[in-house]
Amino acid sequence: MLFWTTVKLGLGSLLASPLRSLLAMLGIIIGVGAVISMLALATGAQKQVLERLSAMGTNLLVVRPGQSGFHGVMTGTQQTLTLADAQALLKEVPGVRRLAPAVGAAAQVKHMGNNVRVRVTGTTATYLPIRDFAIQTGRIFSETEADSMARVAVLGPLTAENLFGASDALAQVIKVNGVNFTVLGILKAKGDQGWFNPDDQVIVPYTTAMKQLFGLDYLGEIDIQAADGADLLQVQADITRVLRRRHHIQEGVPDDFNIRNQADMIETANQFTRTFTILLGGIASISLLVGGIGIMNIMLVTVTERTREIGIRKAIGAKEHSILLQFLIEALIISGLGGLLGVAAGTGGAVAIQYFSEFVTVLELPSILLALSFSAVVGIFFGWYPALRAARLDPVEALRYE
Amino acid sequence: MIIRAEGLVKTYVMGATTVRALDGVDLDIDEGEMVAISGPSGSGKSTLMHILGCLDRPDSGRYVLAGEDVSSLSRNRLAEIRNRRIGFVFQTFNLLPRLRALENVELPLLYAGHGSAKDRAAEALRTVGLEDRMHHRPTQLSGGQRQRVAVARALITDPAILLADEPTGNLDSRTGDEILTLLETLNAAGRTIIIVTHEVDVAGRCRRQVHMRDGRVVDGAKQS
Repeated sequence: MLFWTTVKLGLGSLLASPLRSLLAMLGIIIGVGAVISMLALATGAQKQVLERLSAMGTNLLVVRPGQSGFHGVMTGTQQTLTLADAQALLKEVPGVRRLAPAVGAAAQVKHMGNNVRVRVTGTTATYLPIRDFAIQTGRIFSETEADSMARVAVLGPLTAENLFGASDALAQVIKVNGVNFTVLGILKAKGDQGWFNPDDQVIVPYTTAMKQLFGLDYLGEIDIQAADGADLLQVQADITRVLRRRHHIQEGVPDDFNIRNQADMIETANQFTRTFTILLGGIASISLLVGGIGIMNIMLVTVTERTREIGIRKAIGAKEHSILLQFLIEALIISGLGGLLGVAAGTGGAVAIQYFSEFVTVLELPSILLALSFSAVVGIFFGWYPALRAARLDPVEALRYE
Repeated sequence: MIIRAEGLVKTYVMGATTVRALDGVDLDIDEGEMVAISGPSGSGKSTLMHILGCLDRPDSGRYVLAGEDVSSLSRNRLAEIRNRRIGFVFQTFNLLPRLRALENVELPLLYAGHGSAKDRAAEALRTVGLEDRMHHRPTQLSGGQRQRVAVARALITDPAILLADEPTGNLDSRTGDEILTLLETLNAAGRTIIIVTHEVDVAGRCRRQVHMRDGRVVDGAKQS
């Protein structure tokens, strides 16, 4: 078959000058390698963000004071949410499975000589299942303890370690902003979520937090867990209706609170990681293009060097498309082989990034195939012009070429 | 009549001057002839060979090869004609250096769209007496052997004419003689052969001699 003969010949001419072939491939190797490792980095980042988001609990709705802004990230300092709002929502909105009012602020927490500044969240026991927290040792405070403004606390595992080291924290007394609290339990570790480490916090009853620690009358947020199978949009609409009525908001006036659900948060995160992917992939693609220019350069040299061969082939009956195909195949061999070596380089790069840095990389078959096919496209695109030059050579001129 | 050329004109522009390489060439060649085209350099014999070999097209005039007017065919059609109807033998052999003898001979059939044609290539090499050199590369062969491979390659598609351009020019007289004997043998078997040469000895081996000067055929345009 002419095709296989051509492939064999192409490989032969590459092997005839291995250093030159390697240099011609280098651009593609680096390009494909960069695309693959960058996409692995981006995919890793995306996976991590999504994991963290789903670690925040499922069917979660978070009501916060302030108007909802772009992607609902704007949270004002308006004081609009009250405990009575929370109770009304629990009572009036169907489809609410659990609800937890919450206030939070950073506070100084001390035990003996150890002194840390952590986030202190005042809430109810329901906060734990809503936010997908679990108790490692000890217990969470009871409703009675909450109602009686008990000075009890549950520590994040990291906070406990920072304050107590290896020794047992249970039933010990810590000082939060100078007030004594008894440690009731330790949370199970969840892992750092990037912008906030849930393992480094102190959870106390909301009553105690509002009255004794921060002197607040208003809530920072109301966390709601919808019942399984409940229509989240309907629940959201009902919450809006109840709160607008309670806050006496006229029609046409915007809400003085905002509700975020997990889909919103995942969408926001996805948008961010998509931008990140495009950015990284785009930068890496530029090196692939540069690699393509390298291929074009080497193919132009090859065509000039082999002008006589082209003349001979034409004299014995090679048509233009046969010559075109021959040089396209050679360009494709360079870019394809470069692509394969690039996959190896990119995979190695991704593994190295994961090993030597704190980034997580995830290699995905589609992105490897994408990079490979992109390198083939680059080979065809940049091989086309030199191959066309070869195909269009005048046979008489080509035969005379020395 | 395997070749009928009427009023072939070909001009080249070289800088400011226009060179009339062919200035109205008429030539008839019958099937089975062995014709020498000779003339001093610049007489237009190379240009005529390029046109007869369908490597180039005349500016005007008519060229009928094996019953088909090929004077104004497209480049791809001309490639097909070269592949099927014409076998080339060049002064510098023009084998592909990275292909073995067998693969060089096989190549025209591959371009003709055949699958593997190793059997026919081997047979062609046997015809030229190179059955024991089939797997050698051109660099491992002597000049005479290379030219035999070229002849085998020219014969593989069973062409209407075999065009030899100074086939002995790069060979010593003994090997050159061998090649000419080979061509004579082929002619005796019915092959039409055209040899372009400026060597009187070579031209003398042909039954008919066409002389060219200044782009015209001055002698031997028709079979005597």
